[in-house]
Amino acid sequence: MSRTNANLALSRSAAEVCVDERADGVVVTLSGVWKITAAKPDWRPSRLVKKPSALRVAIAPGIGEWDSSLLLFVHELRSWATVADVACNLDALPEEMQTMLAQFSQACLQARPQDRSRNFVAAIGVAAHDVMDKTREIARFIGECVYSGIHLAKNPHKFRLRDCLEEMQQCGAMSLPIVSLIGLLVGLILAYQAAVLMRQFGADIYVADAVGLSMVREMGAMMTAVVLAGRTGAAFAATLGNMRANDEIDALETLGIRPVDFLVMPKIVALGLMMPLLALYANFMGIFGGMLVAQGILDIPPSAYWIETVSAIDLSDVMSGMIKASAFGFLVGLSGCHRGLLAERSAAGVGRAATSAVVMALVLIILSDAFFAIAFNLLGI
Amino acid sequence: MVASRNPLEPIEPPAVEAVGIECGYGNEPILKDLSFTVRPGEVFFIIGGSGCGKSTLLRHLVGLNRPTAGDVKFFGHSFLDADTAARRDLLKRFGVLYQGGALWSSLTLMENVALPLEEYTTLTRRERSELAAFKLSQVGLAGYENYYPSEISGGMKKRAGLARALALDPAIVFFDEPSAGLDPITSRKLDELILQVRALQGTTCVVVSHELDSIFGIADRVLMLDRTAKGRIALGDPRVLAMESTDPRVREFLQRGVRPGEKGFDSGRTGKH
Repeated sequence: MSRTNANLALSRSAAEVCVDERADGVVVTLSGVWKITAAKPDWRPSRLVKKPSALRVAIAPGIGEWDSSLLLFVHELRSWATVADVACNLDALPEEMQTMLAQFSQACLQARPQDRSRNFVAAIGVAAHDVMDKTREIARFIGECVYSGIHLAKNPHKFRLRDCLEEMQQCGAMSLPIVSLIGLLVGLILAYQAAVLMRQFGADIYVADAVGLSMVREMGAMMTAVVLAGRTGAAFAATLGNMRANDEIDALETLGIRPVDFLVMPKIVALGLMMPLLALYANFMGIFGGMLVAQGILDIPPSAYWIETVSAIDLSDVMSGMIKASAFGFLVGLSGCHRGLLAERSAAGVGRAATSAVVMALVLIILSDAFFAIAFNLLGI
Repeated sequence: MVASRNPLEPIEPPAVEAVGIECGYGNEPILKDLSFTVRPGEVFFIIGGSGCGKSTLLRHLVGLNRPTAGDVKFFGHSFLDADTAARRDLLKRFGVLYQGGALWSSLTLMENVALPLEEYTTLTRRERSELAAFKLSQVGLAGYENYYPSEISGGMKKRAGLARALALDPAIVFFDEPSAGLDPITSRKLDELILQVRALQGTTCVVVSHELDSIFGIADRVLMLDRTAKGRIALGDPRVLAMESTDPRVREFLQRGVRPGEKGFDSGRTGKH
């Protein structure tokens, strides 16, 4: 008969496991203070010299406080005994402990991991379904916006002008610093790239044409839209998502107020109106950036650069950029509001709505830009 | 899960002790010079009308806000002056059930309950899962281990929050308005759970509430706060306070269950008119 004292405690009163290997089986006696946050005894039945015929678990008379850690330990002993086909006797344990052990075992049996993954074919099917649902949702949302637009045009007093002005300030005036920076840097980059090419042909002055046309026709509107998609589109989605989580959207509907009229239209109109102005401002900043590079690298005086720019750009170029910018504004507003209104009612749902609003806005911006490129080409603009 | 106490052992220090707490938001204190103790194993209610500082006091007790004056002690150890290691040690000794459950929405219920175990124990992943399942079964949520918080009801969220609060078998559990937003049956079940937790583990329960059913049903003692007094106006057994308190505010609050016009309603104020 061997006797092992597996005292693995950090202090005198820590959990202790005393193992007594007898001819008729092993007696495991538990004592000390069992706390889940303390180090657990590292004795395992696998350490037994030979497989016992029976296993009996007992509690020492002077055992201190015990908690789930003791239940866990006994549960593991019993699980080992079941696998090793060793008779496990827990009769010596207090009744209260036995009751909790029964509940513990029952809970472990019931808690089977739920596999939420799908097979490949099912995943494709679900994804396709999801795309169709989202397309339908977007179409319905656009329809609602158009309906609201007509409704508010007929009843202009119902349009929330004050909210719209606040949104215009938020997405317009408050965006000027970031739009200035991005516009200036885009102008600088375009000018640097153009200067490398133009210099080879001695056509330095045409840097002004390249920068001016690129900014006015394409980059001004595009970069402003990208900035506002991240700044304002995400904010729209987060605001509306949070309102949805707080049942504020439901409260509007139960009052008979259409959320699209009340919340979405002021935002979309504000963004649609402010975006061309911001794009125009970005154009000027880009041209100014190009002018700095032209003067610094190519020694082109600002007056000559400006005259060349003005001669290269005509009103149709500016207007094509403005039309694009306005469309981009509507699309950014639409994406933000759409994702926000459909957000899941949780903190994570609001975060996902903001992310997907930005992604959706960027995809729509690129798609619509391609559409405009083809359309303007066909129209000869 | 508490072994029988040796009569020769020294008397245990209070589970929670507030010493001259002054707290509030901004420059205006909500509570001034508030002192009280909560005995180990007690179900202690902090009650009072809206805006009297119940939840504010709870936030200060659990360390979410720091009082402008005074101290909070757990089992005789100062919580506010504790260094990082001692504070972490004390944090393990209490759990908090927030009003809405405050479950992490991106985690399943089992992951929610297992997170404190992951942070404070050396258990393996499987052991953590088993314990989490056990804790969930203790609050009647067996079978919901793989559900996300968004997939369960408000009452279930609170029960899951309680399972998480109990994950480390804490000596003290703080409850912030456990009955708020629950139907009477669910509310009563939660009260029974509080008693069950106390009975099984000897846990001290500090409950912020103004639900009279819960107060009279399970509270050993209540601390009543008042907005104008900026502190305590009563401390003791709610049943005794309801009948014997000389403070009309205490009697009015605790006798709220009596309908206006019925005998006994507002009897504490009659002498003033």
